[in-house]
Amino acid sequence: MCGIAGILNLNQTAIDPALPQRMIQRVRHRGPNDSGVYLDHHVSLAHARLSIIDLAGGRQPMSNKDKSAWITFNGEIFNYLELREELIRNGHRFATRSDTEVILHLYEEHGEECIQYFNGQWAFAIWDERKQKLFLSRDRLGVRPLFYTVADRSFIFGSEIKSIFTHPAVGREIDLLALDQLFTFWTTLPPRTIFKGIQELLPGHSLTVQKGEIRSWPYWRLDYASRPELRSTQDYADRLLELLVDATRLRLRSDVPVGAYLSGGLDSTVITTLIKRFTNTPLKTFSVTFDDPEFDESAHQKEVSHFLGTDHQEVRCTRRDIAQAFPEVIWHTEKPILRTAPAPLYLLSRLVRDNGYKVVLTGEGSDEMLGGYDIFKEAKIRRFWSAYPNSRFRPLLLKRLYPYLQNLQTQSDAYLQAFFHVKPEDRSDPFFSHLPRWDLTARIKIFFSEEVKSQLKAHDAYAEMKGLLPAEYFGWDGFSQAQYLEAAHLLPGYILSSQGDRMAMAHSVEGRFPFLDHRVVEFASTIPPRLKMKALNEKYILKHAVGNLIPPSVKKRSKQPYRAPEAQSFIGAAEQPVRNEYVEELLSSDRVQKDGIFNPGAVQKLVEKIHRGRAIGIKDNMALVGILSTQLVVDRFIQNFDSRVVDASH
Amino acid sequence: MQAIEQQLRQFVVNNFLFGQGEDQLSNHDSFLEKGIVDSTGVLELVVFLEKQYRIKIEDEELIPANLDSIDNLLRFIEKKAQIAR
Repeated sequence: MCGIAGILNLNQTAIDPALPQRMIQRVRHRGPNDSGVYLDHHVSLAHARLSIIDLAGGRQPMSNKDKSAWITFNGEIFNYLELREELIRNGHRFATRSDTEVILHLYEEHGEECIQYFNGQWAFAIWDERKQKLFLSRDRLGVRPLFYTVADRSFIFGSEIKSIFTHPAVGREIDLLALDQLFTFWTTLPPRTIFKGIQELLPGHSLTVQKGEIRSWPYWRLDYASRPELRSTQDYADRLLELLVDATRLRLRSDVPVGAYLSGGLDSTVITTLIKRFTNTPLKTFSVTFDDPEFDESAHQKEVSHFLGTDHQEVRCTRRDIAQAFPEVIWHTEKPILRTAPAPLYLLSRLVRDNGYKVVLTGEGSDEMLGGYDIFKEAKIRRFWSAYPNSRFRPLLLKRLYPYLQNLQTQSDAYLQAFFHVKPEDRSDPFFSHLPRWDLTARIKIFFSEEVKSQLKAHDAYAEMKGLLPAEYFGWDGFSQAQYLEAAHLLPGYILSSQGDRMAMAHSVEGRFPFLDHRVVEFASTIPPRLKMKALNEKYILKHAVGNLIPPSVKKRSKQPYRAPEAQSFIGAAEQPVRNEYVEELLSSDRVQKDGIFNPGAVQKLVEKIHRGRAIGIKDNMALVGILSTQLVVDRFIQNFDSRVVDASH
Repeated sequence: MQAIEQQLRQFVVNNFLFGQGEDQLSNHDSFLEKGIVDSTGVLELVVFLEKQYRIKIEDEELIPANLDSIDNLLRFIEKKAQIAR
């Protein structure tokens, strides 16, 4: 895995040779093994390399034979061996064994349509010298990041925004509309990012810059329309397993050893099992454990590791670790976050790196594609209840769904109905599944300063989200609509980025996700919802598919959402005071007043509430993490960006 | 009763609104409709009432008719006080 960056001066002026060097230096954590720059007057491509395939021959930027096309590439094309063989049969000659060169040859053969042949995770830029065209592409689901902007007649792009900010023409300012989106949906709605003028290339999209014109288009979409009810349950299960085995096999292609994350839950257990059962790869597994028993799953992790006979490593995460790592975590997420969950994953990728590993397979994507999240189950129960709002039995299902939320257990039906939008009229809302989550999250906007509130007065985040939905969405069943909202927005905008790519790449670790093989995703979208969630049994078809390959206890366990200690990591209760200098500074009234985004009085009251141990709910915790991370983004990216020393140690 | 009303108002404003929008909160505003309380908020409210007014609130009393506005709270506390007498 790697980092990429580049510049195309639209007015044809020459590029300062030091500039692409500085841009790529900012992301050397993504590629500490090597770096390179291609520069031809008004165009430059830069690359930081993490060597995984063809260690000796895969240097970048790389050109085709006649040097008319140059590429800088972050990612993996997992089916490159098959593509390479076919290209050789068609007369292509290769100078390296790398997947990068396969992209170039396929580009020569098919132009921008080359990406249709790829099974992989990628963000790349190709400079086509003959056509004077820059071609950018990002993988179907948004595993690898790619950002761009236009400033002072320069098109500037990079794997991370910090590279783009290194260009002197680029201004740095918080986009308040993006902040409003993030404080509703947990992520911004692309192409918008938290920084004004910086855009994200959407997952499944390509982009060209030619003759001063920027054009972006989708080459692939999530689609839940096709539903052939032809197969039996066993047929669906067999096909799913077959695809998962092949997706895993392809993702083990590497010239360095590959490890796996093990959470103790179903998805990572399935992936680890497939590696062990269907390949001869010796396997090292990695886990996070927590001091706090409320979050710890180490017993389950050990059980799976023992069952499968893996060499298991773990890192213990305390509240103190979360608070200490948090500023670095935000430096890598490059956006505010509302949960601390990325922080333990930052520690986990460090453990992987310290063990000499660069690649891990994980279970990401299964919950989105096969219906694992509580939000799907919650929506099903709410729909079921709202058909008979006076039922005494149906609300009990909601309480059973969240046994770990003590505050729900004592609520009356009337309150549950209100909190969970259990009204017959809500059933036709296109956002039915997500209304409770989004409504609850949006309440933390109460902490915005009066000035910010006034600037956002006319902004309607839900209307904006509605405007981004594909026309077909309104014809899909409710379960598929909920899946789409997770897979199209939260997956790339938070799970694969803030919690995924950024935390892994912070320590030069590449994540690979068999459940996000596009063949698995496309097949999963044709599986009827009743087989994804049978009654209230989540990921039923996956459990059916893996049969007795995994420990029975893992199949029986109901899903445990991955959570980590939140607000009290930073503030601490009165009886257990915690002092973090940066937290005190960034949340002080003076600082909050000066930065202008939040109301200093309200922030002080929130801090006091946490200090008194009274902030027991999700909302207050989200508010604290959201405010602190926003303050860190302002501090590190807006105010003190230039003072951060570029890490040249790699 | 005026003192209780003031205490309730202060608790709601400080604890749920974090000091903001006091002038926009009327005694009959629904906490649910205004998005002032969530599921945790109801429990925070109950803990406050039980401690402040030395009353015991039963599970079946956790309903909006008792807890969903300052007016409802005042009526509920009055009723509890009468029972205690």
